[in-house]
Amino acid sequence: MRAGPPIYLDANATQPLRPAAKAAMMTAWETTGNAASVHGAGRAARRLLEDAREVLAERFGGRARDLVLTSGGTEADALAVHALGAGRRLVVSAIEHDAVRAAAPAPGGSFANGSVAETTTGTTTGTTTGTVMGTVTLPVRPDGIAELDALAAILADGVPSLVCLMLANNETGVIQPVRQAAALCRARGALLHVDAVQAAGRIPVDLAELGAHSLALSSHKLGGPAGIGALLLAPDAPFAGPLIAGGGQELRRRGGTQPVALAAGFAAAATASAGDDPQALLPLRDAAEAAAADAGAIVIGAGAPRLPNTTCLALPGVRADAQVIALDLEGVAVSAGAACSSGKVAASHVLRAMGLGARAAEAIRVSLPWTAARADIDGFAAAYKRVADRLRPALASSAA
Amino acid sequence: MTQPATPNRPVYLDNQATTRCDPRVLQAMLPWFSEDYGNPHSVEHAMGRKAEAAVERARNQVAHLLGADEREVIFTSGATEANNIAIKGAARFAAAYGNERKRIITVVTEHKCVLESVADLADEGFEPVFLPVRPDGLLDPAVLRDALAVPTLLVSIMAVNNEVGVIQDIPALAALAKEAGALFHTDLAQAVGKIPIDLAGWKVDLASVSGHKVYGPKGIGALFVRRRPRVRLQPLFSGGGQERGLRSGTLPTPLIVGLGEACRIAGAELPADAERIAGLRDRLLHSLSAAIPGLQVNGSMRARISGNLNLTFPRATASALMEAAPDLCVSTGSACSSAAVEPSYVLRAMGLTDEQAGKTLRIGLGRFTSAADVDYAAAALAAAHAGGAPVHPPPATPTTPTTG
Repeated sequence: MRAGPPIYLDANATQPLRPAAKAAMMTAWETTGNAASVHGAGRAARRLLEDAREVLAERFGGRARDLVLTSGGTEADALAVHALGAGRRLVVSAIEHDAVRAAAPAPGGSFANGSVAETTTGTTTGTTTGTVMGTVTLPVRPDGIAELDALAAILADGVPSLVCLMLANNETGVIQPVRQAAALCRARGALLHVDAVQAAGRIPVDLAELGAHSLALSSHKLGGPAGIGALLLAPDAPFAGPLIAGGGQELRRRGGTQPVALAAGFAAAATASAGDDPQALLPLRDAAEAAAADAGAIVIGAGAPRLPNTTCLALPGVRADAQVIALDLEGVAVSAGAACSSGKVAASHVLRAMGLGARAAEAIRVSLPWTAARADIDGFAAAYKRVADRLRPALASSAA
Repeated sequence: MTQPATPNRPVYLDNQATTRCDPRVLQAMLPWFSEDYGNPHSVEHAMGRKAEAAVERARNQVAHLLGADEREVIFTSGATEANNIAIKGAARFAAAYGNERKRIITVVTEHKCVLESVADLADEGFEPVFLPVRPDGLLDPAVLRDALAVPTLLVSIMAVNNEVGVIQDIPALAALAKEAGALFHTDLAQAVGKIPIDLAGWKVDLASVSGHKVYGPKGIGALFVRRRPRVRLQPLFSGGGQERGLRSGTLPTPLIVGLGEACRIAGAELPADAERIAGLRDRLLHSLSAAIPGLQVNGSMRARISGNLNLTFPRATASALMEAAPDLCVSTGSACSSAAVEPSYVLRAMGLTDEQAGKTLRIGLGRFTSAADVDYAAAALAAAHAGGAPVHPPPATPTTPTTG
């Protein structure tokens, strides 16, 4: 067992707060005032809020007026499906986050109660009521990349559609061909929503350059505070209506008093992340991956372009939860998939979509935070080897 | 502790729009913004479990203040979201399960987010009913009883109005709804920390809480969902399935810890706070009434939180007063609609003319309001109303006598 502070390699669940974000928030907490109030305190709060909006829009390739602040990435995804998906068929990639998968509108335009439409390629499910259409799943290849040919085939029928394709997957880090997908969507008159929650702050993200219609962003995944995110809309994106009705904030697109300090922290973290060396984490990630492979791990999605901080490691014959618990006891924090589904026993839908079968239940996610250092990787490598050595023979003998 | 000799600058008397984050709340949040950054849903590792424990401690603090069970509290991004989930969620769940009741009753003086949520449901086949209030801002229980003659799905009535601070008799109104077999929701955004709340005793099914109205952070709130009998809701949006599927999204640990601490402080200090603030409020009203004959207070003074005044001035318009007293932060009504020129719909509903509403200011005193603040406010508003030169706060060296 290791002594000392834990080695945190679960950045895709959440990141440590960046000092710039903390400083920006501390200033803002001192400011009393509701950004909607007209008096001096209100105006001061509104200035902070609108400055943050400018920074965020600029950082991610949009206009300030098109940036809708939300409570986080999940709400941003849900809002995109609600506001852009109204009256359209949904085409959802098989590897989307549950925030998108669960947002498929139920008949009548209300929202599915946590259920995910069970569909296969090219077929729609659910009854069609009024203008609300069903959901189609866009498959991915074994390397985790969405099949653009399948997308073209789905859109060929000309049914007005909203396509949801994430920029980088939260479990494997595999980067999706979003620019090509956007071109395809635009050529067929479809809309494209991009969940950039894991990509933002790790690789360049620019809505205008991608050509998509909307972008979901989360603050805490890039080193800002939790509790805030945004939906950045393209200038030509439609917007059917808010998900959260209220006092008319966010140009009537999202009700509720804006959390000014969180917005300031989010913007500061986004700015700080732009200064990260894009190649800094890559050698560390590769070293962790190589050490794990030496101990018997298989790297999922290795052949695809991936986020520089993420690796998904399968250890044949060893259940993912056993690996995660063993690593936790070694003082290493990793996860067995999305943090939100931690504790659930179901194997990852992402890995199943990649055709991994039983192996899907044997993979852990190792994701490096912006603070990761060489010592963290050395500690992880040693712990992983001990865990693999201990768990693998035991299982091999019981399986024999 | 002695009162500061000089007022705060600017003098902030808009505590129904938002409150200053209590320094103790900020202090409680700090560690969770730095070393303890784990995701509370990452229960597979130690850092996640530590965050989860902090979230659950805060949930307990919130529940304690509300007189609820901690399993009845779910966290949201604020009261607006909580109101949306409660109203739309209850209605949609009922409709999805074949409940034939369609009537949803609320009151014309509710917060915009309640009115809009109810209005949105009209498009989904529900029947919204907006009840009037009496001139004192209170709902006549007989009016609710009459409305409940038609089988009703849901009643939503705020505990404390955000513009005039009047306190509705929630236990009595909730009991009427219960007798009629309707669900009862109350928006507690302006009530938490201002009046004692006992959700276990009140026959309330759903209740919304705001962090930043109770000296906590912005970006966090809570929804009370009764367990016995269990109230079922459809979530507004889904995803990771956090908060028992009712509210997906990573819980913001620092904000939740802040809300918990804010509730702890509110519970401990409510009686003393309320009494002190009432004293300041009476002092302010007394000074203003002496200086400005014909000044009118809107809304019941009997059933009212101690920190609110809503005043119609005999001559000057609200905007002229605010312009003449730039160092005083007061408002013309709800902050959300501050920028709008439209007269307050709350005041209209209480029978004020548009002209009267245009001469009306909302003044919100709070935990950090000092005697010097209210003395400054009284002087500034009296001078502004008299049309004199703008009054500025005195210089930093004490030149005004201090009184407790």
